[in-house]
Amino acid sequence: MLEGYIPILIFFGVAALFSLGLLVVGQVLAPNRPDAAKLDAYECGFAPFEDARMKFDIRYYLVAILFIIFDLEIAFLFPWAVALEDIGGFGLAAMAIFLGVLVIGFIYEWKKGALEWE
Amino acid sequence: MSPSWQYFVVHVLLTLVIVMPIVVAVAYLTLAERKVIGYMHVRIGPNRVGPRGLFQPFADVFKLMFKEVITPTVANKFIFYLAPVLILVAALVAWAVIPFDDGWVLADINAGLLYVLAIGAAGVYGVILAGWASNSKYALLGGMRSAAHKVAYELAMGFALVGVLMVSGSLNLSEIVRGQEGSILHWYWLPLLPMFVVYFVSGVAETNRAPFDISEGESEIVAGFHVEYSGIAFALFMLAEYASMILISALTAVLFLGGWLSPFQGTFLEPVFAFVPGIVWFLLKISFLLFVFIWFRATFPRFRYDQIMRLGWKVFIPVTILWIAVEGAFFYFEVGPWF
Repeated sequence: MLEGYIPILIFFGVAALFSLGLLVVGQVLAPNRPDAAKLDAYECGFAPFEDARMKFDIRYYLVAILFIIFDLEIAFLFPWAVALEDIGGFGLAAMAIFLGVLVIGFIYEWKKGALEWE
Repeated sequence: MSPSWQYFVVHVLLTLVIVMPIVVAVAYLTLAERKVIGYMHVRIGPNRVGPRGLFQPFADVFKLMFKEVITPTVANKFIFYLAPVLILVAALVAWAVIPFDDGWVLADINAGLLYVLAIGAAGVYGVILAGWASNSKYALLGGMRSAAHKVAYELAMGFALVGVLMVSGSLNLSEIVRGQEGSILHWYWLPLLPMFVVYFVSGVAETNRAPFDISEGESEIVAGFHVEYSGIAFALFMLAEYASMILISALTAVLFLGGWLSPFQGTFLEPVFAFVPGIVWFLLKISFLLFVFIWFRATFPRFRYDQIMRLGWKVFIPVTILWIAVEGAFFYFEVGPWF
């Protein structure tokens, strides 16, 4: 059952080695002449004012939360879609109710302006 | 002990048989992009390095290899180098489940589509980590913006995949292709036309390609999340971007354009083209979709960030949810050409 995943594991190893190998090749071949100005964070030519560990817009949190909700919804839709032939009309109605509830939530967040970026 | 050892070696070689052509294809995709955009602008594009510019990609790669990799003093070093590796690995490993021809698939797992969705989501970690680890304000903001738009379009892609699943009834990519047997009209692009459009356009957005290249909008926030990267570390990001372009094209071909199937199946032309192996059709479909990627870039002006988010959340997600409902109704009343 799970044997099919061994090639994927090997693929992960090969891909990781390939990426790391490229980085190492770059480190070996490229010059390395550090300099205080060169190693500064880029801020349009000025010395950076402060650390970049700063506050950012709340809307990114909102988008992330909405993503979690909808991704969960997709996680519920996947098995339902695969088994659609077997569960027939009853399964269809159950999912229609589930989707309906989520669509109400979606309309609410839309009307609240959670999807606005001005 | 020894059989498993052989199994391991064989699969490493098979993996290389997939990875190496992808890397070469990425190199030549950069050349093709510059050439095609050049011709669309009524100029020639690169034509100096080698015959017709054919060595240009190698010149670019070697130039980047010999460029200094700058590690900003304020950066978190480990994560700074982890991020490009993560992105590139995520762009490559999804190929393990792509069927190139009937039976030509490295890992014929039953949860193929779920695996593809999970790997697609993993790439977002790399973007956020790259933006955060640089410890630069531009990179942080660019990473945040990029991640927000990627997850928005990932939802639209996920819903489009549910539409495919409802018709095919299997998560296995080879099964999905076999479900499209018939002529070009039996491929899922026609009955699932809204899903097809949403999936492909979301794929363009997901790979940060024009007109959705806001995350690296060079005239606006310099280079977004990878502003601090140089040399080979920067090349890793570019490699990943082009590799995921090819991946999105391959997935669109598998899910909506019949994968390795001939477009003439069931018509009088079928025997005429019977000698063409399936992988050729698959590669032709990928090439066509990659051409569309480049065509988009040469045609459309860039979206504003709020327009991107509006398109993702307020157009694509409602359209896909609506089409899932439509498919459900078609299924229940047994109408439509594909049940």
